[in-house]
Amino acid sequence: MIPRPLGLLAELTHRCPLGCPYCSNPLALEQPATELDAATWAEVFRQAAAMGVLQVHLSGGEPGARRDLEDITDSASQAGLYTNLITSAVGVDRQRLQRLQARGLDHIQISFQDLAESSADHIAGYRGAHARKLALAASAAAMDLPLTINIVIHRANIERLEPLVDFAADLGAGRVEVAHAQYYGWALQNRAALMPTRDQVDRAVCLIPRLRERYAGRMAIDSVVPDYYETRPKPCMGGWARQTLNVTPSGLVLPCHAAQTIPGLTFWSVREHNLAEIWTASPAFTAFRGTDWMQEPCRSCAFRQEDFGGCRCQALAVTGDAAAADPSCELSPTHAELRAMAEKAAASAESAYTYRGRNRQSRAIPIPVR
Amino acid sequence: MSERGLLDYPRLAPGVRLHFDKVREAWVLLAPERVIEAEGPASEILKRCDGKHSVDAIIDELAVVFTAERQVIAGDVIEMLRDMAVRGLLAT
Repeated sequence: MIPRPLGLLAELTHRCPLGCPYCSNPLALEQPATELDAATWAEVFRQAAAMGVLQVHLSGGEPGARRDLEDITDSASQAGLYTNLITSAVGVDRQRLQRLQARGLDHIQISFQDLAESSADHIAGYRGAHARKLALAASAAAMDLPLTINIVIHRANIERLEPLVDFAADLGAGRVEVAHAQYYGWALQNRAALMPTRDQVDRAVCLIPRLRERYAGRMAIDSVVPDYYETRPKPCMGGWARQTLNVTPSGLVLPCHAAQTIPGLTFWSVREHNLAEIWTASPAFTAFRGTDWMQEPCRSCAFRQEDFGGCRCQALAVTGDAAAADPSCELSPTHAELRAMAEKAAASAESAYTYRGRNRQSRAIPIPVR
Repeated sequence: MSERGLLDYPRLAPGVRLHFDKVREAWVLLAPERVIEAEGPASEILKRCDGKHSVDAIIDELAVVFTAERQVIAGDVIEMLRDMAVRGLLAT
């Protein structure tokens, strides 16, 4: 039996004023003219709720770039979904947040790039972003709107993981996401400037249990581990087409946000198909659902129902074969190669970012706080 | 905060919502990035975590709902509430 999805990531737009070099949007961004309108999103949310989705994450790009974000939020809430806004804070101010809360918003997630404004704005590629994030986090706390702080971790900020988590607590977060950069799309382009050393990652991972103890009962700490230095792969997305689905700004439905990097997959659109039909039968979802697609060493592996062979997009990016074992697994024949690539990237002196969605590379401004 | 380590009138933490999932026909707790099953006695306790029922009132009502001895129910209710509090699901 095909499991029912729990969550839907609604990428309302690929527009974003920020240029984060690890952005999870595809390299080829969808254009504003192709975006679904609010009425179509409302229909998507009704179909999602009817097939068992419980939570919707309004994301982007920057969802605040949508003028009709209030109506979209309202329709998600009306559909009975737990409604979460994932924002950079640029494009959502206090007044707008109050309107969104009045329309049924349950929760907000704000990303932060670093502790100090100069470094944070440099990473985001947008002057003034950090100040707006601080202001919006304070507004959320004042409104009693539950707040998650998301921090993408990479070479430029990994040494400040502990103060960053303390900072999230001070902002009033009930939850913090420590998300080590995952190297697809833009982050893959910027790997030489983002990759931390193995020693840095080990220390960052060791900190987490201590921080969880410090904030037990006050703030939840979720950690997305960096898998380049792992020996076992992550159960990416909780398994392909098992728990969540992703709708792009133009209405394509993906099993994960990087799925379009895999050549040969066919994605169906909410403009032409019902969401339940897409979940059950679209070629992109059936391609790697379950275990039938697996090759060795996954096919006979005792962990195949636990990690589902890891990440298909990473398998493709490193081995050239999306059905291969995730190279972060020590049983993968490409594991040593992946480790060597990570170590080489970590040793790189590169500090200039290719900002997402922008043509030019950043000038090699040394990262101010190090 | 009572000597039980719980609010006298427990309520769900901000951002946590009890929801009847019509598709799966099951009670669930919805929280940021989390869906927690709340079956049977759990849902009966959570429905009463509304800031209006005292811990004692919750125990009284559960004893009626499950036609069980109050003392037995009391232990279960307090254990469950403490577990929820540790997981950040109850307001503090």
